[in-house]
Amino acid sequence: MRARTEELLPFALLLPAIVFLVLLIVIPMVQALFLAVQADSGELTTDYLNRMTVDTNFSDAWRNTLLLLVLIVPLQIVLALAMALLVHSRIRGHAWFLYVYAIPLAISDLAAGILWLAVFTERGYLNTVAQGVGAIDTPRVFLSFESFPSLLAAIVLAESWRATAIVMVILVAGLQLIPRDFFEAADLFGASRIRRTIHVVLPLLRPSLQSALIIRTIFAFQTFAVVLALAGRNMPVIAGEAYAWYANNRNPHVAAAYAILLLLFTMVATVLYLRVLGLREAEVKR
Amino acid sequence: MTARNWDRTLVYGGAFLLAAWVIVPFYLIALSAFSRPDDVFTYPKPLLPVALSTETMDFFLRSRGVFASVLNSIAVAVITIVLGLALGAPAGYALARFAFPGRSGFQLIILVTKMFPVAILSIPLAVTFLQLGLYDNILGVALIHTAMALPFIVLVTAGVFAGVSNELEEAAMTLGCSRFTAFLRVALPLALPGLAAAAIFTFVISWNEVFAATILTLRQRTLPALVLGALNDSPLYFKFAGGFFMVLPAIVFIFFMRRYLLNLWGAR
Repeated sequence: MRARTEELLPFALLLPAIVFLVLLIVIPMVQALFLAVQADSGELTTDYLNRMTVDTNFSDAWRNTLLLLVLIVPLQIVLALAMALLVHSRIRGHAWFLYVYAIPLAISDLAAGILWLAVFTERGYLNTVAQGVGAIDTPRVFLSFESFPSLLAAIVLAESWRATAIVMVILVAGLQLIPRDFFEAADLFGASRIRRTIHVVLPLLRPSLQSALIIRTIFAFQTFAVVLALAGRNMPVIAGEAYAWYANNRNPHVAAAYAILLLLFTMVATVLYLRVLGLREAEVKR
Repeated sequence: MTARNWDRTLVYGGAFLLAAWVIVPFYLIALSAFSRPDDVFTYPKPLLPVALSTETMDFFLRSRGVFASVLNSIAVAVITIVLGLALGAPAGYALARFAFPGRSGFQLIILVTKMFPVAILSIPLAVTFLQLGLYDNILGVALIHTAMALPFIVLVTAGVFAGVSNELEEAAMTLGCSRFTAFLRVALPLALPGLAAAAIFTFVISWNEVFAATILTLRQRTLPALVLGALNDSPLYFKFAGGFFMVLPAIVFIFFMRRYLLNLWGAR
């Protein structure tokens, strides 16, 4: 009898968490699907999906979300890789550097947007410095619809600043899995720091790089408050449209359609991630 | 300079440059939050703290709804921590101590929920919460924050309990403790610092969350929901003060949690 309770104990310990996740994630997911395709009368309809796709903001939201993704993710990978390699090289004060690089991990995208707003407003710090060094004569307007490239650049910088920390932490953890001997062996053969990084470290770090890449891709689909803080409604993105349809237009159906769209893409990326993970386990065993 | 010296200069120069890239925006928002409200119109901006003032922060903290929203944010975070640890710590303990069928399946669930855009589910949840009376209620916000934090809590607590030697618990059990009292008297006290770190990280997740808090509330705003809702019609200095106020606890908390950072995202 006692042995039996011991056997069941782990399941009893897991059960509350699983039940909770089913209630708060699985059921709402199904509900979102019904909200998107079912009218209040209970009839199935494609009205809401249509309203989403014919909306003027729809194609903009799509394009902008992907544009941000394509610009932000590579920048983050490069920055995070530099940070991770520096931290991992055990330079003096590496623990301090790790802490500093990790701070934005605890910053919301809304706060990050506001922080960079102080930099990019017309009477902000970027104009002050640029004029101070003589690069411009009069303050520029960065954050208006008319200056789309600089608006985009501001959002890319703010979001890269915030979310590079997650990538960095994943890469540092990945670097720690690589045996130190590999580095020493490369040193022994006289490899320079750069050659060592390219030929020894990067290939071994590939699994971590891949998971960081996909986690960031998934998160980039949700980019929302940082855009709202810097651009207002001038730059529609998918998550922002879901919010606007719910909060401003009071239409949970179209908002749910956007939510489903976002979930769909997340799932595609997740499947990708799991495949990468399977590959990773095989590599570890090798 | 020798090649070796060049190398060192390059490495340390790069490290400090990257640190500056992270720190400078914090400095600038602090500077903005602690200047006078009128100073948002000053140009060029002083780059040094020459005219510090608490007027802007005073204005922010006395603005309508700000104090209440801070209290709401704290209440939501505390409920999330209690609920999250109550649900997540047992699961973490199970992962750390037992080999059982379905273990890797559960780990997969944790991995998937870690990346899942939970916030977006606040749209269908808002409809349900309206029927349950949980709409515009801090408990409703805390529920979805718990769903977001749960995978992280499970990961951290699993790491924490794995670090507490199982032999100590087994020794207590041979001395007559039940598994539960052995856990309570031996494992729990040793795990307490790690559990505190999990609680802190949960606080950060909840304190920062914008989307769900905005969708699920109307008057019972949390601080980020209030600031987001006011973005369109609030003066710049209000936003700067709000940004600074939201960032502050995060910096402090990440300091206490720095040892566990790699567990959160590094763990597969």
